[in-house]
Amino acid sequence: MNILNQDSNKVLIQGLGRDGSFQAERCIEFGTNIVSGVHPTKSGETFNRNIPIFGSVFEAVKKTSPEIGLIFVPAPFAADAIIEQIDASIPIIVCVTEGIPVSDMVKVNEYLKGKKTKLIGPNCPGYLIPDKKLKVGIIPGTIVKSGNVGVVSRSGTLTYEAIVQLTKLGIGQSACVGIGGDPINGTSFVDVLDMFEEDNKTEAIVMIGEIGGTKEQEAAERIKSSISKPVVASIVGQTAPEGRRMGHAGAVITGKSALASEKINSLRDAGVLIADSPTEIGLKVQELLKIK
Amino acid sequence: MQLHEYQAKNILSEYNVPIPFGQVALSDSECEKISSSINGKVVIKAQVHAGGRGKAGGIKIVDNPLDAKKVAQDMIGGTLKTFQSGGTKFPINKVYVEEASDILKEFYLAVTMDFDEKCPVIILSTEGGMNIEEVAEKTPDKIMKIHVNPLIGPSPYKVRNLLSSLNLEKKISQQISNIIQNLYRIFKSLDCTLIEINPLAITSQEKVIALDAKITIDDDSIFRHSDIEELFDETQMNRSELKALRNDLAYIKLDGGKVGCMVNGAGLAMATMDITMKAGAAPANFLDVGGSASEERIEEAYKIIASDNDVEVILVNLFGGILRCDVAAKGIINGFENYNKSIPMVVVLRGTNSEDAKLLLENSELDISFAEDLPTAASEITKKLKK
Repeated sequence: MNILNQDSNKVLIQGLGRDGSFQAERCIEFGTNIVSGVHPTKSGETFNRNIPIFGSVFEAVKKTSPEIGLIFVPAPFAADAIIEQIDASIPIIVCVTEGIPVSDMVKVNEYLKGKKTKLIGPNCPGYLIPDKKLKVGIIPGTIVKSGNVGVVSRSGTLTYEAIVQLTKLGIGQSACVGIGGDPINGTSFVDVLDMFEEDNKTEAIVMIGEIGGTKEQEAAERIKSSISKPVVASIVGQTAPEGRRMGHAGAVITGKSALASEKINSLRDAGVLIADSPTEIGLKVQELLKIK
Repeated sequence: MQLHEYQAKNILSEYNVPIPFGQVALSDSECEKISSSINGKVVIKAQVHAGGRGKAGGIKIVDNPLDAKKVAQDMIGGTLKTFQSGGTKFPINKVYVEEASDILKEFYLAVTMDFDEKCPVIILSTEGGMNIEEVAEKTPDKIMKIHVNPLIGPSPYKVRNLLSSLNLEKKISQQISNIIQNLYRIFKSLDCTLIEINPLAITSQEKVIALDAKITIDDDSIFRHSDIEELFDETQMNRSELKALRNDLAYIKLDGGKVGCMVNGAGLAMATMDITMKAGAAPANFLDVGGSASEERIEEAYKIIASDNDVEVILVNLFGGILRCDVAAKGIINGFENYNKSIPMVVVLRGTNSEDAKLLLENSELDISFAEDLPTAASEITKKLKK
């Protein structure tokens, strides 16, 4: 699964405020190789004892050649941080920041076209590959276990929910990817499904979607046409009222296709095993692996 | 953030989008005064944050200033419930008083974000004045779109090509073309998520004007627009929702439910609602306290839920990450002690410091039971409701 640079493991972190610093430590604890930090006013200082902080991404890239960029920069400046990392040709960017203006994200999306950089998020918990001791983001390292199930989700907390259940049942994960709760984001369900399909280690896939948009339907089409591995899915927001933003900027019912029921139907139609509630994901995966 | 029609029209006018003459009135006498400065019929429109005002009686046409005064008397101080307002009654504090227009034809024009194409989109339809979702469903060929590259803006050639397919008089299509460019300037400058002109009217004098205007600003962009923030009308919002907003909590009141929910994480909050419903108990609200809520925010969250008279049981479902469960427990206990209203609670706590949190809650005076997981909690809730 080279798409997420699992073997390079050199991570730059941009945004070293309270949350960024705290999370950087958790990543390091898990075994992630953080090589540099970027902060506009802390250039020349270090963090976590000896990791150098640079004033710009370009400088950090020149001196420490990171292959993954992790962003905790506050929302008003986050789009600029993404563009800075794209310009510095960092192959993979994870943006955890929530609340980036939509108008900023449409520009970032346009700017990304034709570039080699892959963006995960924003408003996402990032990704974690247990086997490689690679944690880029905020997924708790304490709940994962190395194994063969790939997890992908729009919601952070439900990613953890699924991981906890799997781990409790002794089922490990090949990779856990949170793609984020914003309506405009980089990596989609389809991208991650393709990655899991390609990855030799992954044997089954867990996908957690929610109301809003049509990304789950696109995923269903891809599963139908080209995903051979079994998929368990759960969709939340079945009781959500129309037209209200349910916490995530992207979780709004705006027309029929945004409904949970529509998404569930398309996925079921694509041969996906549906967990009626996210609390049943673990058992469904167990069921599936037994049949296999 | 939604704007009122009169606020939206002020903005349109600033950006050279033609509108009929009109002014906002806060009282019946003001309405009478404005009406007397208008020749001919006058339209009086209730200023509320809901669509479908016409059918609900929120738009009236009168012949003279005295009738205008009477209509304003009825409207101002009253409330309006429309088929689009989801049962909510919106208070009417202001009316917009406008000259009536002589209309030949009505179009629909909007600029919004297309989340599938990940870019702004301009939508034009010849079926103005109608519910656009219905038009899209029944006659999709009557809806035309221009997707906009956000780094370039709406290319004039694309607008020209679209308008030429409508076979309009040159004079008319020139005006619409200008309006489209000006609306996009507003969309971009104010970080809008929606500008909707329905209807965009062609008058008997061959003038194209915006008869109604809806503008929604991206909440996440408000930090860039302090002038727009001042236009926020808090009377149009549910009181609890307003309180939640001020405390940075994502909260939505739901009708008909009895279970107050306190959850961290939007996904988990939605899942909690779903599971509660499946167990046979309807949720009274959606509440996401966020990933790193403080003791004070949790206390506010407790108060908001406890002050909802529909709530008979509270379900707390927290997954400690950055959020520490013991901090959350303190917030809940403070909320209970300061608010002094005891409502039975079922609590699921997992992750960071959940054991400390359980001890704190057990030693409090709250009527509390713990559950290992969400499904158990949900069935516990249904039992409590039956009692």
